[in-house]
Amino acid sequence: MFDLYFEIPLWIRLVLQGTAVILVLFPIAAACSMAERKISAWLQGRPGPNRTLPPLLAWVPGIWVLQKLGIFQLAADGGKFVFKEDPVPGHVNKFYFIAAPILAMIPALTTVVVVPFGAYLDSAGKLVPLVLANVDIGLLAVFAVSSLGVYAVILAGWASNSKYPFLGAVRASAQLVSYELSMTLSVLPVFLWINAPGGQGTLSLFDVVQSQSQPGFWGGAWFVFTMPLSAFIFLVALFAETNRQPFDMPESESDLVGGFHTEYGAFKWSLFFVAEYCHMVIGSAVFILLFFGGWNPLPWVTLTDTVQALAHIIPVATHPLFMGVLGISIFLVKICLSIFFFMWVRWTLPRFRYDQVMNIGWKQLLPLSIANLIAYTIGIALLQK
Amino acid sequence: MAVIQVERKPLSFLERTYIPQIVGGLRTTLRHFFKPTVTLQYPEQRPEISKNYRGVPTLVIDPNGREKCVSCQLCEFVCPPKAIRITPGEIPADSPNAHVEKAPQAFDIDMLRCIYCGLCQEVCPEEAIWLQNQFSMSGYTRAEMVNNKAKLYELGGTLPDQHHKWDKKKAAEAHGNEH
Repeated sequence: MFDLYFEIPLWIRLVLQGTAVILVLFPIAAACSMAERKISAWLQGRPGPNRTLPPLLAWVPGIWVLQKLGIFQLAADGGKFVFKEDPVPGHVNKFYFIAAPILAMIPALTTVVVVPFGAYLDSAGKLVPLVLANVDIGLLAVFAVSSLGVYAVILAGWASNSKYPFLGAVRASAQLVSYELSMTLSVLPVFLWINAPGGQGTLSLFDVVQSQSQPGFWGGAWFVFTMPLSAFIFLVALFAETNRQPFDMPESESDLVGGFHTEYGAFKWSLFFVAEYCHMVIGSAVFILLFFGGWNPLPWVTLTDTVQALAHIIPVATHPLFMGVLGISIFLVKICLSIFFFMWVRWTLPRFRYDQVMNIGWKQLLPLSIANLIAYTIGIALLQK
Repeated sequence: MAVIQVERKPLSFLERTYIPQIVGGLRTTLRHFFKPTVTLQYPEQRPEISKNYRGVPTLVIDPNGREKCVSCQLCEFVCPPKAIRITPGEIPADSPNAHVEKAPQAFDIDMLRCIYCGLCQEVCPEEAIWLQNQFSMSGYTRAEMVNNKAKLYELGGTLPDQHHKWDKKKAAEAHGNEH
């Protein structure tokens, strides 16, 4: 079965794989919007959207479960975005105004290319990552492409040619640039640890997970245990980079109407919306790969161990397909937990003031991440000597 | 009143990192996450409404089925926005309630004018008009928002009072009004 698949020309395989990944990522990002509404409702003691039900489906037994979860509300919302009137205000720069939401979508979907989401053992017993492009620059590509997202925000704010979008865009660009520094510095200890002198240098995210799957107490520990400060700084910077509460500067509904997307409506607005959730999904994925062991189910328990233990009960467990699906499922569960955390924080905390955001970014997180880097550099140098 | 100057305590290091406060907040919201919801599923579940709520004005009948209104028109006179319009009529002689003499032929309350002040209920000598617990009136046309007599009795229902003032009066008349 697999041989047949690998006989297909490479470019068709890549197109198929890319489409499959986008077909998974896009609905997840869309479902996040419903999850957000539901979680905010549950945190506030409300049931959330639970009434929408197409009359045609009302006879299906058990459909009320989907109704209570608001699945059809999600579909109705999506349909609304596609079919409602999509006005372009007269005072905007039309070309850039229309280009901005597309530009927001592209980096959001592009970063997934270098993010591995599972692994399987091939016939030779070698662990092979499930990834669209297992390139050595891995994390660098994620940082490079995802930071392009800020251009969409700036472009949207500038092309809208009105004051609130402009202010939102200015805030967004300052915030994103400030927190990118600490974010990049915070992951350096991880790669210092992986790239031991003498070995082959790599920035691949797959190798990060591999080095969290080693045997032994220190080998199997996730990096969140060995480098908690790095993980913390990365998480805070991630919140800022994905424009989530409490760093909700670009939108700031209460003082900037809607921030950079004030002038947008209908489908163009929904593209910004989905792009934000895509960033969240990819950001969570990278965070999990770096600090929470990727597709390994538990610290000190690797996917390979799990599969080999399962093989005693169900013999198909070592089959590449089973292992791949298991790995992806574990990874997705972790991503969902991480997204739940994002939403939990959002509905708990108020927004920081703008000067507080800048203070935290430049005066606290950046020195902290530099100190963290220096401390770990010395520590790792002493350990690996 | 003396002004008391309160020294503002400087924040401790942990407080300045925001982390204990954030964790505390997260704990609070998580507790609410697992609590049952506090909302009502409105059209199906109705809120409990206190007995003295001043909702839509209605007309009531007594336990014997006699309409209590005798069309004295006091409510019509007292109504500040002039929402009530009564056409008085006589009770036919062959009715068991003929001794009450009068009853409304038509009784309209324009709910677009009504201000729910409750003066009609207060002024009514027969306890026939009551502001009850219905709080949502809606309609597609202005005509729909005028409650006519049938609608008012339908909304009002029966007042379970046991005075039976008019029955006592009839009985007293039968005995020659002796005390």
